[in-house]
Amino acid sequence: MLAFLGRRILIAIPTVFLISVFVFTLQHLLPGDPILVMAGEERDPEIIAALREKYRMNDPITVQYLAWAGNALQGDLGISLRTQQPVLELIAEKLPVTIQLAVMALIIAILIGIPAGVLSAYKKGTWIDWLANIIALSGLSVPNFWLGIMLILLVSVRLGWLPASGYLPLSEDPLQSIRVMVMPAFVLGTALAATLMRHTRSAMLSVLKSDYVRTARAKGLREGVVLVKHALRNALVPVVTVITLLFGELLAGAVLTEQIFTIPGFGKLVVDAVFNRDYAVVQGIVLCTGIAFIAMNILADAAYRVLNPRMSDQ
Amino acid sequence: MTATVDPEVAADPLPPRRRSRAWAKFRRNPSAILGGAIVVFFLVVAILAPLLPVPGPAETDWSAVRKPPTAAHPFGTDEIGRDVLSRMIWGAQASLLAGVVSVLIAVALGVPLGMIAGYMRGWTDAVISRFTEALLAAPFLILAIALAAFLGPSLTNAMIAIGLSAMPIFVRLSRAQTLSVMTEDYVESARAVGIGHVGLIWRYILPNIFPPIIVQGTLTIATAIIAEASLSFLGLGQQPPAPSWGAMLNTAKNFLEQAPWMALYPGIAIFLVVLGFNLLGDGLRDALDPRDT
Repeated sequence: MLAFLGRRILIAIPTVFLISVFVFTLQHLLPGDPILVMAGEERDPEIIAALREKYRMNDPITVQYLAWAGNALQGDLGISLRTQQPVLELIAEKLPVTIQLAVMALIIAILIGIPAGVLSAYKKGTWIDWLANIIALSGLSVPNFWLGIMLILLVSVRLGWLPASGYLPLSEDPLQSIRVMVMPAFVLGTALAATLMRHTRSAMLSVLKSDYVRTARAKGLREGVVLVKHALRNALVPVVTVITLLFGELLAGAVLTEQIFTIPGFGKLVVDAVFNRDYAVVQGIVLCTGIAFIAMNILADAAYRVLNPRMSDQ
Repeated sequence: MTATVDPEVAADPLPPRRRSRAWAKFRRNPSAILGGAIVVFFLVVAILAPLLPVPGPAETDWSAVRKPPTAAHPFGTDEIGRDVLSRMIWGAQASLLAGVVSVLIAVALGVPLGMIAGYMRGWTDAVISRFTEALLAAPFLILAIALAAFLGPSLTNAMIAIGLSAMPIFVRLSRAQTLSVMTEDYVESARAVGIGHVGLIWRYILPNIFPPIIVQGTLTIATAIIAEASLSFLGLGQQPPAPSWGAMLNTAKNFLEQAPWMALYPGIAIFLVVLGFNLLGDGLRDALDPRDT
């Protein structure tokens, strides 16, 4: 396993390098000059020159990249041009908010997606299977920002059951924090539930045809035991890797969900940084997301090998 | 969410007999037919928009600001008295155009790159594959937002941004398909009789890797339509006063209590058209799946 992990990490290095080059180049081609924004309305040439010097804007782009990459390797992703906070600190500040949202969304997705997938496979060809498939496809087709708006209208504005926006840290008031976050988490979890349902159904269908399930049934085991203990346990192997790979979906979905529910997380940070041309923050976010996504991929491969011992010999 | 095609599914070339079997299978699938009907309906509405008996999408009626649905305005009016139905009909043009054009961009760039990687292998393959992985590492929407911001907010730039973000899927798929087709006997035979690289790619590889690309393309149009709506919702896509479903939702969220219909109908339209493409794509995938005949 260690050799496998080492090999996967080595393969990932050029990819990380390419991401860093891509991110760095892209953000430097963004329209508008952030130095002019920082210099204020007076735009004093001396201040502009000093700021350009401070942020190394006068150096050739390759020198700027090397300096940036060198600092990034030491955990220094620069300073936000807008808030003057270190980028890593800013990301670390916002990340727990998005992690809470993502974890809650994932729990909702698992609670809906896996049972629905099992039921749909077990009842293949019946109206239950058809209905589950239509619901799953609808979950994939509904734009989550619209679902968010509609839920705000129904649950918050009309019924007054849940708050329409805001955020409360889990550490301050866990129950209230969950209450505030449950609607955005549901919105974010819907599409994931649909994805999980489809993967679970497909994996269950192939497992249900296998010899060991037939043997378990022949032994006279109860259907529930056959389904959960024999079929689902094996069908979950590919589903677990899918869950790991859903990380990217969660982050992308969080961008819009946080925007609608005014949640001060990672997703809102992305949009604010793009609109404020905050180069350093956008660079840091995309770089961190890319590296995290690669790490999750490696983790998914490792999980697959652990859960499926036949793979470990390959 | 970008649905993907299993590379194993369509490595198989599509001889005429299997093609007619695939068509028969597709016709027997009610979901696929429903999906196709939804897509055709929206296409017809978008194309016929100028001929339909509705007010202009930018026409304002100050005496009917934020009015609920009536006979004169079946889907109500917006914050400056424009007809919501008319804006939805014209908005269909923007959404479908964005979906189709961005996928065409992704296919036009991704398929040749994937074929080159699969055909040449070695260093070329390694460079293209690493580049693709780097692009795939950034979540689709975050990449599209960053690119749209870099290019500037407009529908054209949103299409380019979505196309570039969707490209890696097609590089991966066409590379895997090319690698698979390259092992087929007919490719070996063609090579043995001295057909050159271009002839081999054009006449033997491209036609045989196309079915899964069409399926992936159909599914990616659904993703691209949601992405365009998302970018317009954030203010990075279609710019006002031009109508777009995403931009309509962006405005509508500020008038949820006073005019909920402003948010309801554009969302239903996005949902239906995306569902249509998803059903159609699923139907095509099932019909073309050689493992399930």
